[in-house]
Amino acid sequence: MSTTDDHHSEPTRRDFIYYATAGAGAVVAGAAVWPLVNSMNPSKDVLALASIRVDVSGVAQGTQLTVLWQGKPVFFRYRTAEEIEAAVAVDVSDLTDPIAQNANLTGEEPAIDANRTLPAPEGSDAPEGAWLVQIGICTHLGCVPLGEAGDFGGWFCPCHGSHYDTAGRIRKGPAPRNLEIPIASFVDATTIQLG
Amino acid sequence: MAGIPHDHYEPRTGGEKWLNRRLPILGLAYDTLMLPTPKNLNWMWIWGIVLTLTLVMQIATGVILAMHYVADTDVAFSRIEHIMRNVNGGDMIRYVHMNGASLFFFAVYLHIFRSLYYGSYKAPREVTWIIGILMFVLMMGTAFMGYVLPWGQMSFHGTAVITGLFGAIPFVGEAVQTWLLGAGAVGEPALNRFFALHYMLPFILLGMTLVHIWAFHTTGNNNPTGVEVRRTSKQDADKDTLPFWPYFVIKDFLALVVIFIGFFAVVAFMPNYLGHPDNYIPANPLVTPAHIVPEWYFLPFYAILRAFTADVWVVMLVDWVTFGIVDAKFFGVIAMFGAIAVMALAPWLDTSSIRSGRYRPMFKWWFALLVVDFIVLMWVGARPAEGIYPYISLIGAAYWFGYFLLVLPILGVIEKPLTPPATIEEDFAAHYSPKTGGTTTVVNPAE
Repeated sequence: MSTTDDHHSEPTRRDFIYYATAGAGAVVAGAAVWPLVNSMNPSKDVLALASIRVDVSGVAQGTQLTVLWQGKPVFFRYRTAEEIEAAVAVDVSDLTDPIAQNANLTGEEPAIDANRTLPAPEGSDAPEGAWLVQIGICTHLGCVPLGEAGDFGGWFCPCHGSHYDTAGRIRKGPAPRNLEIPIASFVDATTIQLG
Repeated sequence: MAGIPHDHYEPRTGGEKWLNRRLPILGLAYDTLMLPTPKNLNWMWIWGIVLTLTLVMQIATGVILAMHYVADTDVAFSRIEHIMRNVNGGDMIRYVHMNGASLFFFAVYLHIFRSLYYGSYKAPREVTWIIGILMFVLMMGTAFMGYVLPWGQMSFHGTAVITGLFGAIPFVGEAVQTWLLGAGAVGEPALNRFFALHYMLPFILLGMTLVHIWAFHTTGNNNPTGVEVRRTSKQDADKDTLPFWPYFVIKDFLALVVIFIGFFAVVAFMPNYLGHPDNYIPANPLVTPAHIVPEWYFLPFYAILRAFTADVWVVMLVDWVTFGIVDAKFFGVIAMFGAIAVMALAPWLDTSSIRSGRYRPMFKWWFALLVVDFIVLMWVGARPAEGIYPYISLIGAAYWFGYFLLVLPILGVIEKPLTPPATIEEDFAAHYSPKTGGTTTVVNPAE
């Protein structure tokens, strides 16, 4: 190395070798660490997007079926007329999160009730907007909210007190977003496919 | 090693001389054990040894438990019951390990508040302090991951909540959370890696313990007066100190006996008092326990996490200034980690020239309030997030930050401190009569 009174600003061949070695070392270290880091990401079997079909013929109006899908609970709610009415009556401007959070819709649609619910299947006597399918994980910190609870008659998360309305929209408490709606559709009058 | 003048190791026998020329390990052990220690240390200077011994105890019981445990979501819960019912003495070993975590945090909080009161974090001990805070964070991580292993209801849903904290980071949060869990939700990959890390991190802690000890052996111990040991000559240093062996070893042993009597009383008679019954229910992803609470030692920080909801003006302001990037959820996470970060910055936030709180008349009250605040936060962290409790959390969290960011810097400027004794010897003589060799207590010690 050069001494303090030796101010050569011209880069030497040796400087180049130092930087090249350090650079190569950094690249090698990164290349060695990345596989280790990446191995902690979801493995192939976890990633395999299993789509499941759920028979909802046994779900009576005013009740909820909970199914575990990809390690997450999914709520299938067959809503009553009062619940639908209460959800439709809400003005979008009153909502904490005005976005539908519905994976079946493209773009950021407003969180009106019709953008949250599953279209009724053909040949079913269920009223329009009766079926609400959502991932049962509180958008705050991931607890499972309780049904038919809270200040808005929808869901209530016991962990940190988030209140969701009858369309699963966040109304009060620390959660930032509405409950997520997964990709879901009716394949026949009584079967819903997830994913 | 230490800057305090003292005797050094001289190998005497032929064998010692032979070894010393090849590896000076006996000299290192001698210097460590014979460290000149301020002779006025009070009973708050026992927690370091308690913590060291607790770490060793946790590693010893933990290694044994790992021999009987299987990290698999199908059997993890039943393996814990296997340890409790089938393994010889397994129930005792597990209860010691379980309550050992509580002893660990009980001791570390007293250790930290000791340092905050007597100004042990101040120059030249900042590095000791920073390492200590890092160890505290690592301890919290280790304890959390250990709590996941029994795979009960609290384990499962606690994991969901805590990893959800990382999900709150803007833009990359979801990817980070998925990476941490190895899946979109808590499950097999999370349990496996938490077990691996829960086994590894204590050894890192052990290594950091050695660095922590090395750091304060270099600067010398702080003491209740905050006055430095005289280093002008060995004679002066000897008047202020006593060697660690045997004086402080004996004292620490007495403390350990008393503390471990209490600890084993808890282990034997009320082993589940500090736990939650919900964790004796196998994990069920479909049902969250009605009232989810972390272990008692996380409660103050949990209360700070919950304190900042979207209707608090500071949160609204930050949300607006950052164009919604820092929302209420992320703000809470920042506040929780920030509560620890401000502690780490205490050496630079405290402007007082006097080290020990004993000679700071105004500081004493603010410090007492901080202790009360900590206890209130711990209490409110266990209450449901409704009614008056969020307000109490908010006031508590505000004072925690206020103490470090406002009180410590301002107090150093406006406070008129008392004059500490010139030397440790003087302080000691005021408490213990030198005429009787320090065996009798002075009735009215001039503090």
